[in-house]
Parts: sequence; C-alpha cells; structure tokens
Amino acid sequence: MADTEDVGSSSVSEPLDLVRLSLDEIVFVKLRGDRELKGRLHAYDSHCNLVLGDVEETIYVVEDDENDQEIIRTIKKQEEMLFVRGDSVVLISPQA
Amino acid sequence: MLFFSFFKTLTNQVVTIELKNDIRIRGTLKSVDQYLNIKLDDIDVLDLDKYPHLSSVKNMFIRGSVVRYVVLPRSEVDVGLLEDATRREAANQAGKAR
Repeated sequence: MADTEDVGSSSVSEPLDLVRLSLDEIVFVKLRGDRELKGRLHAYDSHCNLVLGDVEETIYVVEDDENDQEIIRTIKKQEEMLFVRGDSVVLISPQA
Repeated sequence: MLFFSFFKTLTNQVVTIELKNDIRIRGTLKSVDQYLNIKLDDIDVLDLDKYPHLSSVKNMFIRGSVVRYVVLPRSEVDVGLLEDATRREAANQAGKAR
C-alpha cells in the first residue's frame, strides 16, 4: 500500500483514523437498543470500546398514549466518565 | 490491550456496571482479564425492587460480553494519559495492518 507509506498523523487512510482525529473532541455515538451518547472521547480501540467524559445518554422508548397513539418518550441521563463496550456501538460521528 | 491495562489501574475502585439487560450493579472492581470479564465484590444492585433475585449476592463474576457500560470514578481517570495511550495503540495497530 504505497499510498499509506508516509501517512502523517492527521490523515485519514482507514476508518478508525476518523475516530482518532476525534480524540479529546465531542462525539456522537449511536448504540444498539435505541440509545445515543454525546460526550468527549478520551479513548477507543479497534473493537470500538470507548471511554467518554461528560456524557449525555438519550434512550428512546415507544409508548402508547391514552388514544392508543404511539409516542416516543426520551430518557436523558448524565455520567461524568463512562466506558462503553464496543459490541453495542453502531456508529461514531465527530460532532462539529 | 489498552482497556485491559486501563481496567487494571482501576482495581479496588468502586464502579457501576450496566448490563445489556439493563441491570445496574455497583461494586468494588477486584479483577479483570483480557476479555474484560470482571470480578466485583461488595455489590449493590440498583433498582433492587425490579431485580430481587440478586438481593443475596455479595460478589460476582461478570462475563465481559454482557456489559453495556462501566461508570467510572472520574477522579481516578487521567484523561491525558488515556489519550496518549490510545494514540500509541492506534499507531501500533496501523503498523500491524501494513
């Protein structure tokens, strides 16, 4: 792979490089089970295990209201420091 | 190996583990292995009225694959060190892939 021989630390040549560039930045993480996280990325590995700081977790729950209409309720939780196991991770997006 | 080493630095700290079945367990992290299996001592199950079957359990082994989150004590985490270790691990992985 000649084009990756002299990659600088700021270039993107494989998917996880995008995550590396988000270290110490705010990221949006979508998880299995209708959950989303937003927080500062402090660590990751190739399994997408993560450590996030100052995280807000959003859980989406579908419920029926009094008219049997489906409504989506959101539950928000805050954590100061959170390890997330990679097998729950669906996507990681740099948050501008 | 990054997170294995990281969790080893957190042994004897109190952590809260959320499992994929939503049970949250607080306890002292006694040991961890390469699969991120975890041994917890002196456990408390949060929401015990919802999960009474664990009321008499005092310590447990948790298979790594059933963990969703581990809530960490912020004061015990050196984020600068963690980010440097992550960059080193990423560089290692890139070296291996080539």
